[in-house]
Amino acid sequence: MQLIYEKSVPGRTGVRIPLSDVPKAAAFPEALQRKAAVAFPEVSELDMVRHFTNLSRRNFSVDTNFYPLGSCTMKYNAKVMENAGGLFADCHPVLALLPGGEQLVQGPLSLVHGLEQQLAEITGMDEVTTQPLAGAHGEMTGIMVIAAYHKARGDEKRKIVIVPDSSHGTNPASAAMAGYDIVTIPTAPYGDMDLDLYRAAMNGQVAAVMMTCPNTLGLFNPHIAEICAIAHEAGALTYYDGANLNAIMGKVRPGDVGFDVIHVNLHKTFGTPHGGGGPGSGPVGVKKGLIPYLPTPRVVRKGNGSFSVEAHPEGIGRVSDFFGNFAIMARAYAYITLLGREGLIEVSEQAVLNANYMMARLKGEYELAFDTTCMHECVFSASRQLKEGVHAIDIAKYLIDRGFHPPTVYFPLNVKEAIMIEPTETESKQSMDAFIEVMLEAAQMARTNPEVLHEAPVTTPVGRLDETRAARAQQVCCEG
Amino acid sequence: MLAVVGAGSVEELFAPIPAELRAKSFDLPAGMSEFELMKLMKAKAAAGGGDITPFIGGGLYDHVIPAAVDHLSGRAEFYTAYTPYQPECSQGTLQALFEYQTAICRLTGMEASNASLYDGGTAVAEAALMSLRITGRNRVVLDASVNPLHREIVCGYLASLSAEVTEVAPKGCGSDLERLMASIGAETAAVIVQNPNFFGSVEDFAQLSAKAHEHGALLIVSCYPIALGLVASPGEMGADIAVGDGQSLGNPLSFGGPYFGFIATRKRYIRNLPGRIVGETVDKQGRRGYVLTLQAREQHIKRHKATSNICSNQSLCALRGLIFATALGKKGFADLALLNYDKAQYAKSVLGAVKGVSVVNAGATFNEFTLALPKKAASVVERLLGAGVAAGVPLGEYYPGMEHHLVVTVTEKRSKTEIDRLAALLEEALCS
Repeated sequence: MQLIYEKSVPGRTGVRIPLSDVPKAAAFPEALQRKAAVAFPEVSELDMVRHFTNLSRRNFSVDTNFYPLGSCTMKYNAKVMENAGGLFADCHPVLALLPGGEQLVQGPLSLVHGLEQQLAEITGMDEVTTQPLAGAHGEMTGIMVIAAYHKARGDEKRKIVIVPDSSHGTNPASAAMAGYDIVTIPTAPYGDMDLDLYRAAMNGQVAAVMMTCPNTLGLFNPHIAEICAIAHEAGALTYYDGANLNAIMGKVRPGDVGFDVIHVNLHKTFGTPHGGGGPGSGPVGVKKGLIPYLPTPRVVRKGNGSFSVEAHPEGIGRVSDFFGNFAIMARAYAYITLLGREGLIEVSEQAVLNANYMMARLKGEYELAFDTTCMHECVFSASRQLKEGVHAIDIAKYLIDRGFHPPTVYFPLNVKEAIMIEPTETESKQSMDAFIEVMLEAAQMARTNPEVLHEAPVTTPVGRLDETRAARAQQVCCEG
Repeated sequence: MLAVVGAGSVEELFAPIPAELRAKSFDLPAGMSEFELMKLMKAKAAAGGGDITPFIGGGLYDHVIPAAVDHLSGRAEFYTAYTPYQPECSQGTLQALFEYQTAICRLTGMEASNASLYDGGTAVAEAALMSLRITGRNRVVLDASVNPLHREIVCGYLASLSAEVTEVAPKGCGSDLERLMASIGAETAAVIVQNPNFFGSVEDFAQLSAKAHEHGALLIVSCYPIALGLVASPGEMGADIAVGDGQSLGNPLSFGGPYFGFIATRKRYIRNLPGRIVGETVDKQGRRGYVLTLQAREQHIKRHKATSNICSNQSLCALRGLIFATALGKKGFADLALLNYDKAQYAKSVLGAVKGVSVVNAGATFNEFTLALPKKAASVVERLLGAGVAAGVPLGEYYPGMEHHLVVTVTEKRSKTEIDRLAALLEEALCS
C-alpha cells in the first residue's frame, strides 16, 4: 500500500480551518521563520479516510480476531468505557493549578481520588498515585519511591535491585533508570525464582526485590510471602509488578502478602484500550511508610468533602505533567464501577478457568514449560515441534493464516521456544475451541507437512519481513 | 470446561495460593448497568470546567480537532490491537507509525524519530538521558525558561542517575543566551531550551547550537508543534534532539492526558533513541513492509542495559497526531499557525492597551505572551475565573519575583469577541 505522502497532490487540501475574525498582523520576523512549509500530505478528506480505513484493515485486533497475546491481557473492553472516557475531552488540566481553579474541576478531581481508592482496595495498598503514564513508568516511579525511602533513612549503601530471570524486561530496565545495579536470580526447576540463590543474594546492599506474581510462566509462587519476609529482614523493600493482576482480583492482594510497592497496568486489567501499543497507564500503590515519597502533586479529600490539589514536598517530585493519563483513568474507573466487587472476582475466575482449559486441551500436543495448574496464562515450549524443524515462530505465523493473532512467542526468555497463551476472561469456549483446533492442526502439520508452517503467512499483505535488512538500512521515515 | 480441566470447581484452580495469603478484604460496591454508570460519569464531567473560556496554555493547548481524527483513530482495528510484535498482521499500525515518524521528522527538521514517547515532560527528560548516553558526560544545562513542570521531571530523572543539572535563569522573558553559552563546558552533555519558551518568546538558538557543538555538547530543543507551522524548526537552528508534547496535534485536553511526546534526532544518533522505532524493509517477494526495528536497544532484549525502560508508547495518540497533520495538510497547517499568530497579536494589542498593563516579551511571540499587571496576577485570575474566563497562567508560583506577570494564550479557537471580553474583564478587575 502506498504511503500517505505518496498520495499527496500539490495544492490539494483536506479540512478547512476557522476563518479569521481579527485583523491581519504585521509579518512574523523573517529571521525566526521556518524556510519552507512543513511537507505534510496534501490530500482530500476522502483520500485520507480511505487511506487510514484501508490501513486499519491490515491489522488484527481484539474486536476482529482472537488475540491471546500472553502477558498483555488482550481482553475485550465494553464500548461504554469509551463513551465514559470521552466525556472529559474539554477539561483543561491547567485549570486545577490556577488560584480558585480547583472548585471548577471537582468532577475530575473526585475521579482521580476515587480511582486511587478503588485501586488501593483491590491491591491492598494504603495509597495510590495515578501519575505514571504506563506500566514501565510506574515501575520507575515505584523504584524512585523506594530509593527516596532508603535515602530519607540515611541508608544510602543500597545499590542493588534483585529481579528473577523470568521478569518482564521493563523491571531491570526501570530499576537501572532509577540508578540501581541489577542482580538476576535464575528460575529453579520448580518454575519459580530459585529460593536458595535468592536468599544468598539478599544482603544489606539490596534496596528492593521486584516480583511478578503470578509470574510470567503463569504460576503463582507459593513462596511469595517468604520472599517478602527475607527482603524485609535484610531491610530491603518489595516491589510487585501488577502486569498479571487479572489473575487474582478478590483472591489475593499484594499488600496483604507483604509487598510495599505495586504498579498496575490499567490497559491490561482494567478495560482501557491497547491502542496499537499505548496509551498505557501505570498507577503506583504503596504501604503507609512510603506515602511521603509519592510524586507531587496529590489529590486530597478535605474535611468538607471537596477535593484539592496539594504539593507533596517530601516526595520524589513530578513524574508527569499532571494527574496521569486521565481519560484512560476515567475508563478504568468506569470499568471497576461497572463490574463492581462480584464482577471483578468473576473476571479473575473466568480468566484462570479459560487458561487452564486451554492448557488442558493443548498439553497432549505441546510440551508444557511446567505441568501444573496455571493462573491466567499458560506457557508451552515448541520443543517437540522443534524436532521436526518447526519453531515457535512458524506456528505463530500459521495461526495468522488461520485468522488468529499468535500468542506471545520467545518470552519468557527462560523457556526455550516459548509459546505463552493468555485467553483472558472475555473469550467464549467456542472461540477458544476454534483456536485450539488450529493449534492441534499446526502440531500435526509439523509432523506431516512442515513446509506450510515455514512458508506462513501467505494470506497477509506481506509475508515474513526481513528484519536484518530493516536494522541495517535504518529507513525510519520517507524521503522528500 | 471444568471437566476437561479436571477440577470440581473454579475455586480448586486457586488452590496453589496458600490459604493464609488470601485477600483480607475486597470491599467494593456492587456493579451497575451502563445507564447508571453514564449518569454518574456525566455528573463528574459536568463539574469539569469545560465551560470556562481558556486563555491558558502552559504546554497544553485548546485547538480544533477535525472530526475525522476521532472517526479514523477510533477504528477498532487500530484501537484494539497492541504493540505490533507480529508485523504481518499489524501492517496497519506499523505503516501508520512509519508515516507518523516521517511527519515528526518533517515538522522538526530532523532525520530520525521514534514511534512516540509518553508526553512532553518525559520526552525532555528522555532527551537529557539520551545526551548523557551519546556524550558519556554527566551534566546538562537547563534554561529556566523551559516549562517549569518539565524541568521538575528532568531534575527527577537525572537525580536518580546522579547527573548534574545547571539551571540558567531567564533574562526578562527570554533565554539568557550569554549565560547559557558561558555555562557550557567540557563536562556538558547538552543544553536544553524551549521554543517558544514558557513566557511565549520565540528565539533563535543557532548561535547557542554552535557554541554547544564547539564543546562537544548537544542542543536539545523542546518545541510546540503548532508553532512549527511558522517558526524555524529545531533542525534549522542546529538542534541535535527535538522533543515536545504532541497534544496540540489532534489530542483533546482530557484533564491531563493521554497525549504523546515526540523525539527526533540526527541519523547518527538513532541507536541512542529510547522506545520503539518502525523501519522499512521487504519480504521474500520484495514487497515493501514495516517492522519494529533496532530492537536490540530495547528492554525486552537488553533488559537493564536497554536505552530506556519504555515498553508501550502512545501509539493511538501518535496516530491521532498523524491524522491531524494529514487532515490539515501542508497549507492548512501553515495557515493554522498564522491564524494563531494573528489572533495572539490582536490580543496583545487590546490587552496591552488596558490601563496599567504592558506586554513584557521583548521580541517575537507566537500565540502566547506575558503581561505585567499592576496587581498580583493570581488574584486577577481568580476573579476572572468567576466570570467564566481563565485569563492565563500567573507566573509567581514558578518564578519568584514575577507575581505580577501573567502568560496569556490565544489559539485559533478564541474569537475576537472572547478576546475583547477578556480585555474588558481585565480592565474592570484592575480598576476596582
